[in-house]
Amino acid sequence: MIRKLRRTSPFQVGLVTVFTALAAFMILPIVFILNHAFKPQNELFLFPPRFFVRHPTFRNFESLFLHASNATVPFTRYLFNSVVVAALTLTLVIVVSTMAAYVLAKYQFHFKQLIMSMITLSLMFAPETVSIPRYLIINGIGLNNTYFGHVLPALASPVAVFMLVGFVSQIPNDLVEAAKIDGASHFGIFLRIVLPLSVPAIATISIFTFQGVWGDVETSTLFMQTETMRTLAFYVNSLLSGLQNNVAGQNLAAAAGLLMFIPNLIIFLLFQRKVLETMIHSGIK
Amino acid sequence: MKTELSPSIRTSRAQTIGLRWSRFWAEIRRDAFCYLFIAPFLLCFTVFIVVPVVMAATLGFTSYDGFGKLHFIGFSNYIELFTQDIIFLTKALPNTFLFALIVGPGGYMLAFLFAWLIHQLPIRIRDYYTLAFYAPSMAGAVALSVVWIAAFSGDRVGYVNHFLLQMGWIDSPIIWLQDPKYLMKIMILVSLWISFSVGFLAMLAGLQTVNRELYEAGRIDGISNRLQEVFYITIPSMKPQMLFSAVMTIVSTLKAGSISTQLTGAAITPQYAGHLIINHIDDYAFIRFELGYASSISVMLLLVSYFAMRFAYRLFGSKEEL
Repeated sequence: MIRKLRRTSPFQVGLVTVFTALAAFMILPIVFILNHAFKPQNELFLFPPRFFVRHPTFRNFESLFLHASNATVPFTRYLFNSVVVAALTLTLVIVVSTMAAYVLAKYQFHFKQLIMSMITLSLMFAPETVSIPRYLIINGIGLNNTYFGHVLPALASPVAVFMLVGFVSQIPNDLVEAAKIDGASHFGIFLRIVLPLSVPAIATISIFTFQGVWGDVETSTLFMQTETMRTLAFYVNSLLSGLQNNVAGQNLAAAAGLLMFIPNLIIFLLFQRKVLETMIHSGIK
Repeated sequence: MKTELSPSIRTSRAQTIGLRWSRFWAEIRRDAFCYLFIAPFLLCFTVFIVVPVVMAATLGFTSYDGFGKLHFIGFSNYIELFTQDIIFLTKALPNTFLFALIVGPGGYMLAFLFAWLIHQLPIRIRDYYTLAFYAPSMAGAVALSVVWIAAFSGDRVGYVNHFLLQMGWIDSPIIWLQDPKYLMKIMILVSLWISFSVGFLAMLAGLQTVNRELYEAGRIDGISNRLQEVFYITIPSMKPQMLFSAVMTIVSTLKAGSISTQLTGAAITPQYAGHLIINHIDDYAFIRFELGYASSISVMLLLVSYFAMRFAYRLFGSKEEL
């Protein structure tokens, strides 16, 4: 308390001022994409260029949804793929990682130490760098051009399991024992006790899993050869490739980019409190 | 067991092994549900992490084009990589070094600095600032590339060019994204912009865990300024979060190679100005289909990431993990 009183000082006032400017600067790209997405075609060619939109319009979103349906693969297909992939991945990552973390945290069994040390070791390097063997494996077991090709690689998430192990081991053993005495099955314990109690950790994992999957272009580029199986992130990425030094179409790309950003924002705002909680209690220890 | 208790009866070795075996099986069967629970994760983990790493290590010693037969060629790939691959040695390696050094540790320190400063703000307004810093990384590299491409457009209509012309700092528009002189700098700038990611959130959370009484104790023990406070109290008290953040930073820095492709629209950047090791791998793997050679490069990258992580664990990990 004493510290607090002492600190309402010029330091804090200065800090807030400088920080507001900095934060405004950092958020510029977001403001830009928001404005650009609503710009009509003619405002893109204005000279001098304008940062803010003058006559906002929904034309860009309309043409994304309607006109793009004339193309070989309609925009809605990419969107649909992204939603399906993100939803599947999110659910499965949560279930699979929590299940693994539950037994790793609460039971003793053979090979447990081996598995734990393998997980810890895999945290030590970035498996993302070995995209070539992944590509060969996906092709080998025939997962290319299926939704599994998007989802399954994301399920191998050692970071998620590691965070969850830390979190689940804090659930009191007495609780698990009591449930067992009351006749709950292993699956019942998992469903009724472990899953609800690890909600904060699950929220954190949801955020970074969702961000990873939603913005991932790698699975679409490498594992999917048919255009109809690729995701929104890939579509936005391919819109970009024609845009260098080309003004027309920027608003369309911005609109698509905005669509990529909004789900992330919603998920973050939903789970933010929970995230800070988990980061305090678990994390890599 | 009776056999073990009475020394007069000599049990044969085979019998003991058999006994152990059956006990082992009984235990496995008793814990069957454990294995059942862990199976889905373990399966994906093996197929998409363990096997690929082993495969990459093996492929690195071969010459393989994805269709024909594997030829084992020993260390040739590695020797070639370090003696003959001029683009790797003169472009990819120095570029990656520069990029990783600034975006990795630089971004990490910036994230900590801003997390710390946000923590000094009154609690009511903290969330807004957190959101402002976190939003760009939330939008993701792909979505934000739209912004960078428009901002760094090479004509007078480009926002950066227009601003600089207006201020009179340049005489003619600069083709930012195609000019080898600027490409790398822009790549670093935009990567730093989105470096306030999950690790940044972890740091913010970590700062809340620091026991306030420690600061008082530190002051009594002779800590005189905020810098000392940060180094001797704050960072040691939030090691787990610092480590988590470091791990996230290393992974995202290594993956960041696609930024050059997104900015220039070409798989190979002009004069290899923004060529990172990860682009080099993609070039050899998915354009030239020399999978063996590309694998040997990714093994090198894997090793680099391993040592970077080890370094992070050394710094922030607890003692017993090493």
